[in-house]
Amino acid sequence: MAANKAFNATRGDKIFDICNTIVMLMVLVVTLYPFLNVLAISLNQSTDTVRGGIHIFPRAFTLENYATIFQYQGLLTGAWISVLRTVIGTVLGLLSASMLAFTLSRVDFQARKFISTFLALTMYVTAGLVPTFLLMRDLHLIGTFWVYVLPGIVSAFNVFIIRSFIDGLPYALQESAKLDGANDFTIYWKVILPLCKPVLATIALFLAVGQWNSWFDTYLYNASSPEWTTLQYELMKVLQQSTQQSGAVNANDMAKQMASISPESIRMAITIVVTLPILIVYPFLQKYFVSGMTLGAVKA
Amino acid sequence: MDTTTKRASSNKGERVSKTTIKRGGGFWKVFKQQRYLYLMSLPFVIWAFIFSYVPLWGWTMAFQNFKPAKSFFDQKWVGFDQFTALFADQQFYLALRNTLAMSFMGLIFGFVVPVIFAILLNEVKGMFFKRTVQTVSYLPHFVSWVVVAGIVTKSLSTDGGIVNELLVSMHIIDQPIQFMAQGKWFWGIVTASDIWKEMGWNTIIYLAAITGIDQEQYEASRVDGAGRFRQMWHITLPGMRTTITVLLIMSIGHLVSIGFEKQFLLGNNLVQDYSQVLDLYALKYGLEMNRYSYGTAISIFNSVISIILLFTANGIFKKTTKESIM
Repeated sequence: MAANKAFNATRGDKIFDICNTIVMLMVLVVTLYPFLNVLAISLNQSTDTVRGGIHIFPRAFTLENYATIFQYQGLLTGAWISVLRTVIGTVLGLLSASMLAFTLSRVDFQARKFISTFLALTMYVTAGLVPTFLLMRDLHLIGTFWVYVLPGIVSAFNVFIIRSFIDGLPYALQESAKLDGANDFTIYWKVILPLCKPVLATIALFLAVGQWNSWFDTYLYNASSPEWTTLQYELMKVLQQSTQQSGAVNANDMAKQMASISPESIRMAITIVVTLPILIVYPFLQKYFVSGMTLGAVKA
Repeated sequence: MDTTTKRASSNKGERVSKTTIKRGGGFWKVFKQQRYLYLMSLPFVIWAFIFSYVPLWGWTMAFQNFKPAKSFFDQKWVGFDQFTALFADQQFYLALRNTLAMSFMGLIFGFVVPVIFAILLNEVKGMFFKRTVQTVSYLPHFVSWVVVAGIVTKSLSTDGGIVNELLVSMHIIDQPIQFMAQGKWFWGIVTASDIWKEMGWNTIIYLAAITGIDQEQYEASRVDGAGRFRQMWHITLPGMRTTITVLLIMSIGHLVSIGFEKQFLLGNNLVQDYSQVLDLYALKYGLEMNRYSYGTAISIFNSVISIILLFTANGIFKKTTKESIM
């Protein structure tokens, strides 16, 4: 609020600013501390960690926890599958959302109204756990990699975000491309897609984070297929075992074995491995997702 | 999303006239002209049909005594028996209570806190500091619930958990509290974790709304002698009203379908009575016990409640604030 600087700050203003700064500092600490704590514990010798009292610096620094977890086959497979599903899921999701968004942004498109309504309904009506599970079974997707990617390819929410971005682009661009003899697909690919980079980056981030972070589909569909395990699912098993959560009917022996020999430092090392890729990528994409998110909000 | 649909179609009026002139002819002629548009959209429409609409057919299961081995026509129809069984089960009411309790707490706090945070963040003067706080506050949004649940469990544990450590060192409590083992803490823990994870993220949209407020209003109020709190109350907050309303209605629509990730990951056998939510109930009784029909009945109940809440909320807002999403 630069405008306020024209006036002299009153005493009340100063007190407010100080209090506000303290609140913001507290937000910083409360948000950052847990991450630093996990990192510190993961870098501490696991026998030493048992003594407790580690905050944001490791007491007995070591990298052996990381060396240990990378010998665990489940984690290696999980890492590979997680990367794979993230890449494939993001690419296919982007393609579907942008194509649909492009066609829906064309007012002259006959089926526009029908498709819009058809998609909008999917946001509010969901069938629920059991019917979805049975569908996956009937499509023979259970126990395969594709159960991670195929069900989520079309997302109405993403389509509508990209569509409102395309709506903001000047229509004259499409018209002139058309006069040059471009067909609708060429317009989409050569004219619209390059202009959509900011919103595509936002959606890509949403899709990638969603894929990377999901574990429930592994739990539900692929718990008995260790070759399709994911990082989050492996972490879930290890963390859940340590809190003595029973009732996880599908938890296999491997996890129990892992949990019984995994002290806190090891668990925290896995947590870091699972989290790190996102922490690395997100600052770079921040400017995109902020503008992408705000897009709908300002005008709404 | 419906708001954007309306907006989009209204400001494209001129485009319609331009393109409709070119059109003319019958449906098939236009269909042929627009074959690329159809090619780009129809495959995905079919896709959405398979994965979003076909499972809805499964709702018929709720009125059957579904046996996976039999074909649809050989299933035994039982009318509302599954629902009767559902409404007779004590566990169901527990799950319903927990679902509603946690979703309402999530709704209230998950709403109020980001609004307050956005207003306060907007008042921060140093640009660098503001950016830093913002960037850091988004961070937990990108971390999975598995990780967050691990962090929460760790922070609240009795051996070396930071929360207990702080409370004991400040002499607020004498003995560390076993937060994760007592049902009475569970709803609060879920709500607090949710705020920790999503507060910064939910702020983005409000900050955008604040940016849209005319700066002259602040200057004028300043001349009239309004303090910071008065400005926040009379200018910033009303300026965010539309955004707040739209988001509120949308989240009310999803009230009952709050998911079960948090409850699944943070819960344990000791807090069962407070952590069981409708979706977990459907998972446990419907899938894991192979009572497919019963599980479907739970999901249908869930959807019906969501829709009722959505329409009620939308109706109330339409009357009182003249804002609506439908």
